[in-house]
Amino acid sequence: MAATEEQVKALKEKARNVRVDILKMLTECGSGHTGGSLSAADIATALYFYKMKHDPKQPKWKDRDNFILSKGHAAPLLYTVLAHAGYFATSELCTLRKLGSRLQGHPDSKYLPGVEISTGSLGQGLSVANGLALAHKLDKGANRVYALLGDGEIQEGQVWEAAMTAAHYKLDNLCAMVDNNGLQIDGPVAKVMGVEPITDKFRAFGWEVLDIDGHDMAQITAALDKAETIKGKPTMIVCRTVKGKGSPVFEGKVEFHGATPTKEQCATALNDLAVCK
Amino acid sequence: MTKVATRDAYGDALVNLGKKRNDVVVLDADLSGSTKTSKFAKAYPDRFFNVGIAEQDMVGTAAGLALGGKLPFCSTFAVFATGRAWEQIRQSVCYPNLSVKVVASHAGVTVGEDGGSHQSVEDIAVMRVIPNMTVIVPADGVETTLAIEAVAEHNGPCYVRVGRNKVATLFGADYKFQIGKAHVFHEGKDVAIIATGLMTAEALKARDLLKAEGIDAGVINMSTIKPIDAAAIIAAAKRCGAVVTAEEHSIIGGLGGAVAEVLSESQPVPLVRVGIKDTFGTSGESEGLLKHYGLSPEDLCTAAKEAIKKKR
Repeated sequence: MAATEEQVKALKEKARNVRVDILKMLTECGSGHTGGSLSAADIATALYFYKMKHDPKQPKWKDRDNFILSKGHAAPLLYTVLAHAGYFATSELCTLRKLGSRLQGHPDSKYLPGVEISTGSLGQGLSVANGLALAHKLDKGANRVYALLGDGEIQEGQVWEAAMTAAHYKLDNLCAMVDNNGLQIDGPVAKVMGVEPITDKFRAFGWEVLDIDGHDMAQITAALDKAETIKGKPTMIVCRTVKGKGSPVFEGKVEFHGATPTKEQCATALNDLAVCK
Repeated sequence: MTKVATRDAYGDALVNLGKKRNDVVVLDADLSGSTKTSKFAKAYPDRFFNVGIAEQDMVGTAAGLALGGKLPFCSTFAVFATGRAWEQIRQSVCYPNLSVKVVASHAGVTVGEDGGSHQSVEDIAVMRVIPNMTVIVPADGVETTLAIEAVAEHNGPCYVRVGRNKVATLFGADYKFQIGKAHVFHEGKDVAIIATGLMTAEALKARDLLKAEGIDAGVINMSTIKPIDAAAIIAAAKRCGAVVTAEEHSIIGGLGGAVAEVLSESQPVPLVRVGIKDTFGTSGESEGLLKHYGLSPEDLCTAAKEAIKKKR
């Protein structure tokens, strides 16, 4: 049931549009996390527009798959894919981080349909995903649970507690992903606090581990398909990505972790994205 | 008088709840024998999850189970539940306002021999400050049973503090527990002792001692620390003109703090807080520790007289 060439092509185009809207939103709002939203754009696009069972008209549909954005600072990405999927109007994206907005600086499940749980404090999402996966097992539901973590985030000890729990309880309805973009606020992950080899670590913790190019839509969709076939253990997809992916303005630049583009930088980047169409 | 440890009452209440409700799930972090969640684990092994010595993961997993439509209770010692996993309780439970019940045992200095590392004297304070959180400290086994039933019905995060040792049963079978409602044992007229947890029994003993000296002390059991029953505090202050608080917890931020907040804003009267005086616990046997930290009925009498003396 691999993604067809047309599907991959359409997903690439969707991801390009998602990046465009992320950049417009961040430029207009002047606050938010650019680099980590762009690096995971292909992954989130594949989840929402290829893999996950979900219904924007019924955000609490009981047979839905769940997505936990453990790296909550990539909220602009989550909001953009949710809007594109139809959970709310894309016109609301420009309210990001404004007083009274449902689009909080980090996702808040109290306000925004489609956000499964509030995140933002790193290292907590995988445990929550485990809990959901356990609940689905108790209910004998076919729901799958997806969690997206940052590579810097896995420096948090709780991630490894959760990694043990997922394997111990054989949560094969769980698929986690690391957006391995190599940068965190204070600099290269390898320099701040090395986390590699990520694949070996999760394998040693009892996970099925897939190592892919996190910008190659064919690889992402294939990995998500493969994860569904793994029985008796959770799957971790380590996605090699480029922070700020989409334009040389941001790519590999640590200063764009938590900074937004100027109008000029945005214009350049939108032009770059149009060229790669 | 029968004596029951509130943790034992909790373990039994969980089993009963599990019988009534299929959605009840229980998590523990390798202390199920001590917290008494082992009773539930034995009765309903499929709905019990031991996460090992990983309190942060336990709370996060509980949050996920709540999202998945379950009613999770998670337990470990109070010091680890509220200290080690504080930020998980804040971010993954209270901030999204999920119905996770944290029931922590071995609270206070009566943990005894294990010493200060294991004696939580700050948990009420650090739980009380988090928005959306309800905080309950039952006084005996009967109240514990009722509190567990009540938090199961309450939609939102709850913290329930239970103890290690057997405590006297104060309530009869007809007692009606309500979240946010104090129970007035005695109205009193000279001083009101507002107590929580095992200190309510000590307050009742202090009342008898004071009575012999001609002092009429009121005794109020304040089992819900948040939302605090402000009306009961104000009424007691108006009636008696002086208040003593009694808790097996730091005098900073717990019951004493909560009562001081209400009194100072609404009904200023002299207040003396009896509790752990900004210090850590230490090893010893429970009874001796209560005396050591000034939590005996005699200490409450001294505090009561001090409060009365401050009245104009």
